[in-house]
Amino acid sequence: MVEVTLWGALGQLAGGRSKVEVEAKDIRELFRKLAEQYPALEPWIEKGIAVSIDGVIYRDTWGKRLPEGAEIFLLPRLAGG
Amino acid sequence: MNFDPRFSGRKFASVGTRPVRPDGVDKVTGRARYGADFNMAGQLVGRVLRSPHAHAIIKKIDTSKAEKLSGVKAVITAKDLPDLTDGDAGMYDVLDNCMARTKALYDGHAVAAVAAVDARTARQALKLIEVDYEVLPHVTDVDEAMQHHAPLINEATFTEGLEEKPVKPSNVTKRSQFGHGDVHQGFGHADHIIERSFKTEQTHQGYIEPHACVASVNLDGTAELWVCTQGHFVYRQHCAQLLGLEASKLRVTSSEIGGGFGGKTHVWAEPVALALSRKAGRPVKLVMTRDEVFRASGPTSATSIDVKIGARKDGTITAAEATLRYTSGPYAGTWAEIGAMTAFACYKLDNVKTVGYEVLVNRPKTAAYRAPSAPMAAFAVESAIDELAKEIGIDPVEFRIKNAAQEGTRSSYGPVYGPIGIGPTLEAAKNHPHMKAPLKANQGRGMACGFWFNFGGQTCVDLNIGMDGSVSLAVGTVDVGGSRASLSLVAAEELGIDYSQLKAIVADTSSLGYNDMTDGSRGTFSSSMATISAARNAIKILRDRAAQMWDVPVDDVIWEKGHAIAKGEKYGNLSPLSLKEIAAQSGKTGGPIAGHSELVADGAGVSFATHICDIEVDPQTGATRVIRYTVVQDAGKAVHPTYVEGQYQGGAAQGIGWALNEEYIYGKDGRLQNPGFLDYRIPVCSDLPMIDTQILEIPNPNHPYGVRGVGETSIVPPLAAIANAVSNAAGVRMTHIPMSPPRILAAIEAERKG
Repeated sequence: MVEVTLWGALGQLAGGRSKVEVEAKDIRELFRKLAEQYPALEPWIEKGIAVSIDGVIYRDTWGKRLPEGAEIFLLPRLAGG
Repeated sequence: MNFDPRFSGRKFASVGTRPVRPDGVDKVTGRARYGADFNMAGQLVGRVLRSPHAHAIIKKIDTSKAEKLSGVKAVITAKDLPDLTDGDAGMYDVLDNCMARTKALYDGHAVAAVAAVDARTARQALKLIEVDYEVLPHVTDVDEAMQHHAPLINEATFTEGLEEKPVKPSNVTKRSQFGHGDVHQGFGHADHIIERSFKTEQTHQGYIEPHACVASVNLDGTAELWVCTQGHFVYRQHCAQLLGLEASKLRVTSSEIGGGFGGKTHVWAEPVALALSRKAGRPVKLVMTRDEVFRASGPTSATSIDVKIGARKDGTITAAEATLRYTSGPYAGTWAEIGAMTAFACYKLDNVKTVGYEVLVNRPKTAAYRAPSAPMAAFAVESAIDELAKEIGIDPVEFRIKNAAQEGTRSSYGPVYGPIGIGPTLEAAKNHPHMKAPLKANQGRGMACGFWFNFGGQTCVDLNIGMDGSVSLAVGTVDVGGSRASLSLVAAEELGIDYSQLKAIVADTSSLGYNDMTDGSRGTFSSSMATISAARNAIKILRDRAAQMWDVPVDDVIWEKGHAIAKGEKYGNLSPLSLKEIAAQSGKTGGPIAGHSELVADGAGVSFATHICDIEVDPQTGATRVIRYTVVQDAGKAVHPTYVEGQYQGGAAQGIGWALNEEYIYGKDGRLQNPGFLDYRIPVCSDLPMIDTQILEIPNPNHPYGVRGVGETSIVPPLAAIANAVSNAAGVRMTHIPMSPPRILAAIEAERKG
């Protein structure tokens, strides 16, 4: 079980929760279960969400493991110049 | 991805050296081929008709007279680019931006295009196209656009991110919020509070090479596109989607690039050129003029930002808050959101809150510009930080050091930081001789910090070893800042060969797997990771071939300094085999030797910089001169230090132009008044001092060599550093960028009058 912090807009779509608990071993499973539990998040996941694991931001590595006790933060998927 | 990206702490032979750039000879002799340097047999000239109005309904377009003109081979409007975006709102905006469908949304918005046998005929044809407009009220200012009585740019826009769903449409597309703690309580603990409002004007990346492409669509559904871009694979995807082509049948080749800085990450002319070619049945070259580049490509946001920061007498910040309003042009964007995330990222704050508003205006669609959105937020925050330090009576560097984020700090945008470099850049700045150099009359010194995320992404590399032992490296990230040299160094390092044995090229979209755009400071970070992986895969094959040549088990063969070595006393008589010797026998040992890699490079690692500058202000005219400028930035590991220094200097130079001169000036009619380099003045060499650089190397734990991106962070501190220097020199706080002579003079006179 990992605790996931959602940024403001995403939290609103998850029923006003800023933190949710999900049983997930990697980013792919996290997204799948989030979409199941909070269907309003699915289009956002589809568009792209970044996942910060202990401060390191992952945008596309959906196979990345979520270590037990790690700080998991969902962030908008940003682009650079 | 079967590749371990963790930092290994190895010693380097090639990485960190400064060899001659592989593209240098072509560039200085004029042989390098840029967007407009490519030609095809039977090629036509494309030209675009643009709206002279900032906001207007397109009632009717009559192209009949233009079509009848001798030499005209195709005329297109939005009808020739039907909506194939399948509900993808972002791509629909791209389509509408390429060619206005029902409304012209800014001065310069494309409404029609022609392809003709020569430029003169094409220009004549544009004059024959009759467009019936119904002119609408417009708005170009960010604060005015947020007023309830402002002209609505898109009546279907309802603000996202509000607690209650709005019932009325608005020009504000989205509200976003970040932070933690309780700012109200935090300000209650403050002994000093600074609260100020700031504005920054819209600027352009100012790349020297305009957008240019040659498109050729064949009757069998295949097509080719030669184009100046930061990401030819992304252009292929977008053009294929907009034109209804199969991506693999559209071959896109990237030209050399004369600057991009984020401005060449979006399609504008390319789908139009392809549509013209499809209709004409001939290749079409489309080159934007400088006027078109200013009016109709993608400048950065104009902003309006309020900042409030409180601190105790001992210099500890107790709370920080900012409201950031960013223009996104006439289409939705996420620019204020990025500003809100980056604004306070340099600091350790218990109570912080940022709110961003994305605002529609009748200006061109905003595009990324080098660490997009961060420089404006840093300008506002770092100005207030400097003022607060002054009010408390603490040295501004010491104040920043006391409050700097460090490993374990919760960032203002959410996550807790791992190892980061803000502290070391501040300490280096504090100890830099520049900080102690004397100043003369009317001169002021300023400093500021900056933050940027950096990104990785999808990356693919091919490494091929020729039978003569030379090595070619095919990469898919466009070389915007020297990546062919740095990636050659990385391949040389892994293979253990000399840099001169390698040649790196940027492969076209039909020759290599998909690569994300060269943006987010990812070019060298991502492609070096893929190059290391590809080289290691090639080494496995080299070892296998050596084992065959020796007739020994491959597990007994190791790779060291460019040679296969049979390990163990039983092989004592076997001389090492060089890469060249193994390659020469490749035809008899299993065929060509190559290494391939496809991966997602993530974990780019955030980046920090601290800049110091001295400015002289003429109090009679408000004119400024940059006397001295120093950049201190963490590179993780500088693969080719000269290029890293170039990135630092380039970011500072662009920031100096943005801070002191550059701005989009719109008339009351909503038309851009200065779409040319005479009236939109970017700094030239004679405007700038030598920009000193100091590279710090705090390894990124998520890259085998410790590399971080370096391309963008260098533009984040300059607006603030220069504003602090000008404010110190002029004796008045400057709050509006650019600090052009009239603005500085007005501020000085207002201060004199009290």
